[in-house]
Amino acid sequence: MDLRDTPDEARFRSELCAWFEANLPAGLRGHPGGAARFSDDAVRDWSRTLYEAGYVGLTWPKEYGGGGKPYSYQAIFLEEMARAEAPQHLGVIGLGMAGPTIIALGTEAQKARYLQPLLSADEIWCQGFSEPDAGSDLSAVRTSARLEGSKFVVDGQKVWSSYAHIADWCILITRSDPASSGHAGLTYLIVDMKAPGVEVRPLRQITGEAEFNEIFFDGVEVPVENVIGDVGGGWQVAMTTLLHERGTLGFALTAALEVTVGKLIELARDRGATPVQRDAIAREWIELQALRYTAYRSLSALMKTGIPGPEGSILKLQWSEAMQRVTKLALELLGPDAQLLADNAPYGGYWQHAQLRSRGNTIEAGTSEILRNIIAERVLGLPRSR
Amino acid sequence: MDFAFTPEQEELRAQARAFLETHPEPSWQELAELGWTGVSVAEENGGAGLGFLEEAILFEEMGRALTHAPFWSTVAVVLPALPGDLQAEVARGEASWTLASGPLVADLDTATRIAYVGGDTIWELDGAEREILQTNDVTRPLGVVSGGAVGRELGSSELLPQLRTRSLAALALEACGVGSRALELAVDFAKERHQFGKPIGTYQAVSHPLATTLMELELGRSLALFAAWCIAEDDARAPLAAAAANAHCADAAVAACERSIQVHGGIGFTWEHVLHRLYKRALGIQAWEASVGQLRAEIADHLLGGGA
Repeated sequence: MDLRDTPDEARFRSELCAWFEANLPAGLRGHPGGAARFSDDAVRDWSRTLYEAGYVGLTWPKEYGGGGKPYSYQAIFLEEMARAEAPQHLGVIGLGMAGPTIIALGTEAQKARYLQPLLSADEIWCQGFSEPDAGSDLSAVRTSARLEGSKFVVDGQKVWSSYAHIADWCILITRSDPASSGHAGLTYLIVDMKAPGVEVRPLRQITGEAEFNEIFFDGVEVPVENVIGDVGGGWQVAMTTLLHERGTLGFALTAALEVTVGKLIELARDRGATPVQRDAIAREWIELQALRYTAYRSLSALMKTGIPGPEGSILKLQWSEAMQRVTKLALELLGPDAQLLADNAPYGGYWQHAQLRSRGNTIEAGTSEILRNIIAERVLGLPRSR
Repeated sequence: MDFAFTPEQEELRAQARAFLETHPEPSWQELAELGWTGVSVAEENGGAGLGFLEEAILFEEMGRALTHAPFWSTVAVVLPALPGDLQAEVARGEASWTLASGPLVADLDTATRIAYVGGDTIWELDGAEREILQTNDVTRPLGVVSGGAVGRELGSSELLPQLRTRSLAALALEACGVGSRALELAVDFAKERHQFGKPIGTYQAVSHPLATTLMELELGRSLALFAAWCIAEDDARAPLAAAAANAHCADAAVAACERSIQVHGGIGFTWEHVLHRLYKRALGIQAWEASVGQLRAEIADHLLGGGA
């Protein structure tokens, strides 16, 4: 056990800090305030800058344009990116989900075609998993893919798809065998979002902004070489995607919470806090440390086995509930000012937005109920509840 | 960055678990023969020359097994204040210690010698009368001392904050052991006990609180191991890390026992079941050294500056 950086890691960290200092445009530091977002173009430029400096895909194999480094480098990158308050790469879905799935199960042709433009943010990915009637029960998907010669024809609807409005590609779970149900008969496709028959409609959410979208597929043609894994074996591919979503997330989550708790402490120093509020702030600071060191432990296990374990669910569960408590505590400290929005509000409306946004944290990427099922069944070994 | 135990450390854990399961009240000599009392004692004084991380494994396992022995009071609390020759006696199993730092003193029924704080010095207390009080946790009874004479000078009272940090971390580790065993009992019971034709663990009203318990205990173990590493490495973050670990782990262990009692139903409420003894150890940990509220107040002072 040694929680210090190795000499190589320490060098990487200090170079990275200096690099952020020199290269992060002042206009992209921190938060744009309220529900405002940095423009996609500005974040795309920033993503390209990160790529050109070699900081994107740090743990990916070198032959696909990655850095070939151990997972600890990605952890350091995420920590320092959060401390620099730099925006993350625009290709979140590609880097966290599509890319790792293609690396694990894609053909050589798919790896050669998709990975490099994903890293450089020249191509953005979105995810087509959830449907109106298939949320937590992902195996209920109905979007159909009908094989016609050398192509699939896709019809159906997906929902809660981040980045779909700017995406070039979608990782899509479809039902390719109309007679099938449940986990069987699913096929995992790479779909061109610019193809005829694809329509994207933004969904305005509780914060007023539109991060998510609905995607409609009407007779969309997808060549068979865009299948990942086997036709009918889409469920296994989807599980690989979700494993990576949860596995590499711990440090990004810790980093996000660290920024928020840091701002909470600043707020309490600015405005004062009662003894009860001070107790609650100390509790949240402790929970942040707990999340951080659990992410470290999980990283050590990942570096030994190469596969994220189900305990990643603990990190997401803890993080999402902490984000809700921390942001609500901040509103309490703000008092009546908490009702103000945007430019009228203290700190540019950061807390009002963050508090509302946090309600999504226990829903997206596995609801807290599903995560507790995963912990109960796969970690504790309790019988299945359904 | 490596946050995992070595194979040797894992072996120590396996050895400890196997021994403690069958020896709930080990003699001090038995613990010395296993090499545990001298884990962190320097080799020239007959110890193993290892550190707090190895001791951390033993604290956790002794919490799990509800071991009745003055290990925490000797090894976590008093040992660093002892001169080399007295440390050698501890390593050989000839002496165990407890610290009388307040009116209530732990482990007076088992510890052979008593240290106390007088002025700016930690002394040995010779020939004091001991009275063991009736306490909730019978595996770590409290008592009071009276009379006695000033004995040998042991060390400076400037060591007290360091001893407190070690004590808080060791109790946090014990709490991890207590809570984990309470959770395992609940999980085993929820798999076997059938009601309405199914194992009760099938019901999410039962399984979800247990999932929450696992989350809280694993988060706590991370805090406790970080505190242990800080102590082992003399890292300046140790006092805050130990306070954070104790505040979280004591609460998590108490909650784990309470949920386990609830999952067990009536049987969990009986005197014959082990759960009440785990629960009482957890409550004892929560009460000792500093309340969790006091620890959080100290952390708030650190984060936000002096009291409101």
